[in-house]
Amino acid sequence: MQLKSKDLLGLEYMSREEIELILETAKLFEEVSGRDIKKVPTLRGKTIINLFYEASTRTRTSFELAGKRLSGDMINIQVSSSSVTKGETLLDTGKTLEAMNADIVIIRHSSSGAPSLLSKHSGFSVINAGDGMHEHPTQALLDMFTISKKKKRIEGLKVVIVGDIFHSRVARSNIWGMKKLGAEITIVAPPTFLPREVEKMGVQVSYNLDESLKKADVIYLLRIQQERQKGGFLPSIREYSRLFGLNQERLSLAKKDVLVMHPGPINRGVEISPEVADGPLSLINEQVSSGVSVRMAVLYLLGTRK
Amino acid sequence: MEKETQVIDAEILNRTINRMAHEILERNKDTGNLVIVGIQTRGYYFAQRLSQKIKEIIGQDLPLGALDITLYRDDTSSGIKNPIVKKTDISFDIQDKKVILVDEVIFTGRTIRAALDALIDFGRPRGIQLAVMVDRGHRELPIKPDYVGKNVPTSLEEKIIVRFAELDGKDEIIIVRSEA
Repeated sequence: MQLKSKDLLGLEYMSREEIELILETAKLFEEVSGRDIKKVPTLRGKTIINLFYEASTRTRTSFELAGKRLSGDMINIQVSSSSVTKGETLLDTGKTLEAMNADIVIIRHSSSGAPSLLSKHSGFSVINAGDGMHEHPTQALLDMFTISKKKKRIEGLKVVIVGDIFHSRVARSNIWGMKKLGAEITIVAPPTFLPREVEKMGVQVSYNLDESLKKADVIYLLRIQQERQKGGFLPSIREYSRLFGLNQERLSLAKKDVLVMHPGPINRGVEISPEVADGPLSLINEQVSSGVSVRMAVLYLLGTRK
Repeated sequence: MEKETQVIDAEILNRTINRMAHEILERNKDTGNLVIVGIQTRGYYFAQRLSQKIKEIIGQDLPLGALDITLYRDDTSSGIKNPIVKKTDISFDIQDKKVILVDEVIFTGRTIRAALDALIDFGRPRGIQLAVMVDRGHRELPIKPDYVGKNVPTSLEEKIIVRFAELDGKDEIIIVRSEA
């Protein structure tokens, strides 16, 4: 079994089997990250390019580590100091990278669909590291990987996603992915944060966090994207925090073995209180560790695909 | 059409493993620093059998590990059809140990080349010895096993399958020939 496409653009059109293949493969790459010599020669001679048009710490670093642990040649392109500032278009940048025989290009872009456009016009594999409000597939894969490590399954789990679903590519990828693996998803948010026709994604909607928490196996908090709040989505951050923020008191309503997750970076005191973020139920740091294994799996499966 | 011919049955397979266990102990008098590593998948099953026999003889368990060589193959960059990685589980230190590397069949030698590279990423063993159930010839690299269950000359069109009861329901070695 191998991945059907040369690219990883999103989870919406990926099959359950493909998602499971990535998660299974990631399990085995954890062993490599635990060795003294954290490196295998598998992608020797492959050129892998990080092309990030938006800020990122964990995703970019995580891809870079993953590529290096597989012995690929990793190049980071800082868009702010590249020819893009001289007006080069995405497709021209793509042609340049193709002329340099890049094998895999990992792209983050503020426009939904940019990775798909790039992939249609180039021969290399494209990995979407987050595009606009569309998808962030490797984040969802590492989230599912972290959950299945803890709970040994995804099927039948009740997952509550809280926050700005409307702007969130992380939420979209997680909803597509977790639905395929059989999770039941409830999204909790103020109405302004819900995309139109959200029920069509096959999720339940609630405006009451306390009620939804009680049954949850996983509470997934999204970051309030302060850079995207100019449109009057919220009366105030404080009000959001009071109604939808997760603090210790609220967490005590949930099951004792509930998992608390957040894709990072966190706004302490907004969507999550510091004592919950640093508390025993929080998986935030494990999510980061899982990220490297999952991205190794994706690079491996795409890099060795025939 | 494929035609299967049995080369070795369950009883002889068992005696062969027994003989190889004795040979390993004959060559390695001091078992204190001896460890066994089987190559996934069938090499690991074979390694489990060998280690059982050794335990029957010397009354102690030797450390046993599993090694997957997929990530060390020399044909990954040209693309491989089944890139399924399996588990590597070497929970002991191989530094300064004598490693008995175990696989069920040796053919071109490329798997063993990959396994040697993989092993050395785990430490610097005192030495590595190679045990295989079947040597079918056609080596492409200068690699020679130290312990061989049976030499089976083959043509390139033939396949050798070593079956273990745990995996396949019975113990045997067969040759598969495709007939036009």
